[in-house]
Amino acid sequence: MSQPRTIRASLFTTCIVDQLYPEVGVSVVRVLRRAGVEVDYPEGQTCCGQPLYNSGFTGEARKLAERTLNLLDDRAFVVVPSGSCGAMMRVFYLDLFADDPELQARARDLSQRVYEFTEFLVDVVGYEPATGDQPERGCRVAYHPSCHLLREMEVTGAPQRLLDAAPGIERVDLPDAEQCCGFGGTFAIKYPHISEEMLADKVAAATGSGADTLTACDMGCLMHIGGAVSRQKLPLRVRHIAQLLDGESG
Amino acid sequence: MAEVVTRDFVSATQAAVKDTQLRQALRRAGTGFDGTRREAIHEVTPEVWEEWREQARRIKEHTIGHLDYYLEMLERNVTAAGGRVHFAADAGQANAIVAQIARDNGVRTVTKSKSMVSEELGLNHVLEAQGIDVFETDLGEYIIQLANETPSHLVAPALHKTRRQVAQLFADQLGVPYSEDIEEMARIARVVLRQKFLDADMGISGANFLVAETGSLVIITNEGNGRLCTSAPRVHVGLAGMEKVIPSLQDLAVFLRLLPRSATGQRITSYMSMVTGPRRPDDEDGPEEFHLVIVDNGRSRLLADPALRESLYCIRCGACLNVCPVYQRVGGHAYGWVYPGPIGSIVTPGLVGLGQAKDLPNASTLCGACRDACPVQINIPRMLLHLRHVAAEGQGSYQGTGSDTESLFARGFAAVMSSPRLLNLGRKMGRWLLAPLANRGVLGQTRLPVVSRWTRARDLPIPPPRSFAEIWRDELSNSGSDSKRA
Ligand code: SF4
Repeated sequence: MSQPRTIRASLFTTCIVDQLYPEVGVSVVRVLRRAGVEVDYPEGQTCCGQPLYNSGFTGEARKLAERTLNLLDDRAFVVVPSGSCGAMMRVFYLDLFADDPELQARARDLSQRVYEFTEFLVDVVGYEPATGDQPERGCRVAYHPSCHLLREMEVTGAPQRLLDAAPGIERVDLPDAEQCCGFGGTFAIKYPHISEEMLADKVAAATGSGADTLTACDMGCLMHIGGAVSRQKLPLRVRHIAQLLDGESG
Repeated sequence: MAEVVTRDFVSATQAAVKDTQLRQALRRAGTGFDGTRREAIHEVTPEVWEEWREQARRIKEHTIGHLDYYLEMLERNVTAAGGRVHFAADAGQANAIVAQIARDNGVRTVTKSKSMVSEELGLNHVLEAQGIDVFETDLGEYIIQLANETPSHLVAPALHKTRRQVAQLFADQLGVPYSEDIEEMARIARVVLRQKFLDADMGISGANFLVAETGSLVIITNEGNGRLCTSAPRVHVGLAGMEKVIPSLQDLAVFLRLLPRSATGQRITSYMSMVTGPRRPDDEDGPEEFHLVIVDNGRSRLLADPALRESLYCIRCGACLNVCPVYQRVGGHAYGWVYPGPIGSIVTPGLVGLGQAKDLPNASTLCGACRDACPVQINIPRMLLHLRHVAAEGQGSYQGTGSDTESLFARGFAAVMSSPRLLNLGRKMGRWLLAPLANRGVLGQTRLPVVSRWTRARDLPIPPPRSFAEIWRDELSNSGSDSKRA
């Protein structure tokens, strides 16, 4: 019997996971390895430039984007546990380098190799969480599709598929799931009064869904939603999807 | 031109989010209009819908790309049909043209059907200052005229008003018995307005489309008031932004499918009126004079800017407002000018200048719902990003005044993120500073500048002792070398 070819993937953790939620990165690595992926981690990575790009600081964003291109140029697959940073690398780098054919060509090349974590597991690896794995057990999970994952990367089914396949996880519907949670990066601090209204509706939808756990593929949104859940001491766990698939999040 | 109060965006939205009546009224757009829109798309199937959107997009791209050509064709054909075309460079000129037409014809009473351009121009005030009585005849417009307010939605101008508020307004302003029955309120308005239609010397309408090949003005309404405004009075003045032209009647077809479905979820509009010139000798009715005022008022700036040009493809269906999570919370008035919501956040800075409307491009999470809803596939988030860029780095004709603090912050962020060492140092400093303030591992309410804007409603995690990169190096990398680049 011939061994299936090993898939190699380079992890781009995103700065928020690297600096604030390293445990999410650890879960990402563990799940990828369990799925048979050989994971490497390009050292020296920081931020893809998205927060600067979204605030209009294109010049500064380009510095970080170019830095990221340099790190990822010759990697076969790049896996990002975020729809927002993934969208930056897949979609917005092309705009960012629109006036520079050489960099844009490199950006285009990257855009074809970069995958969001769940998208990669489903579309490239064909991973199905199996009974041998140890995902989080006995939890009722509501999934929030973050906006850039949904509308820029157009990942519409992979996270749900993984959750549905994971033994022990029961997925419940989140009402108005596709409504933005109100994070929006600097939006959350520039217009907190609007952001908080959107947040309140998302939190109410999650608590009303009957779920004991809320999950998503973006730590930015989850920091925002989780921050409110923690402030209000609500009986709801907020976890990145990798943590649920990993099953070690406690 | 209508007054611009976009500078007050923050205070206006702070008040708006607390307004429970407004929130209740706004649900009509969110669950009402948008719900039926989705059903209408489902009915024709998403595949067919995409084909229509692409077709509409191509028509707009082509027409706006050859705007001078089609405007000339339009002018020729309107003139050939016996009408007159006036080009107005700005609001002042447009108002002066309409005022002159009114004077020339000894006009005392004007009836109007809905026109966003007339709101943009502030035309009613100009005519009223001249002693002319002006009556809005679209029910929503009539309501806000009675209330002395401005529209809050592209399609439903009085959307911000609850049924109760309208009932009270009618009772106060018209002296009729208080009734919350919608049929009854519509009946009252009809009685009042019918007399005005008979009295009017001049009718003013907007235009949903201008057909170059036939010189026709097309208006789409649900109340039939447009038809009365354009046919009963002696003079008809049509007002339109210069982007409203389309090449041919054939091109109109796809927009007639897209517009009602996108606006209200209707398969077809209740009334469509097509006006080609004034009354001909053998016509039974119609105006003696027909004037078409084509308004620029900043649109050529949008046309000249490749990054913003597609904002001129807008057919003002309002779908982007109905899906916008920000519009849903703050309503239309907070946007401070005539055009609210996502498309307003492009058009307003474009037409009045970014310096006056800096908040608008920023007041979005870039969630993209507007782009997905737009029947002409207008990429609103991309234009918002462009305007942010212009404001932050100050180039081009919309140059705003980027804030110095922000640009300092951006440069600092870029510097830290360019160096993994600095970044780790930053985290450690953050941890050292914040850990003493933490409670259960998170930072609660605090007075720290900027941070407090986050912690008003959300706890903030304290940076952990080790970064992922450090954990990788210590525990996860099997062989240190496989992760390093050669
Ligand atoms: S931008 Fe698109 S969705 Fe918004 S009003 Fe214009 S046509 Fe409709």
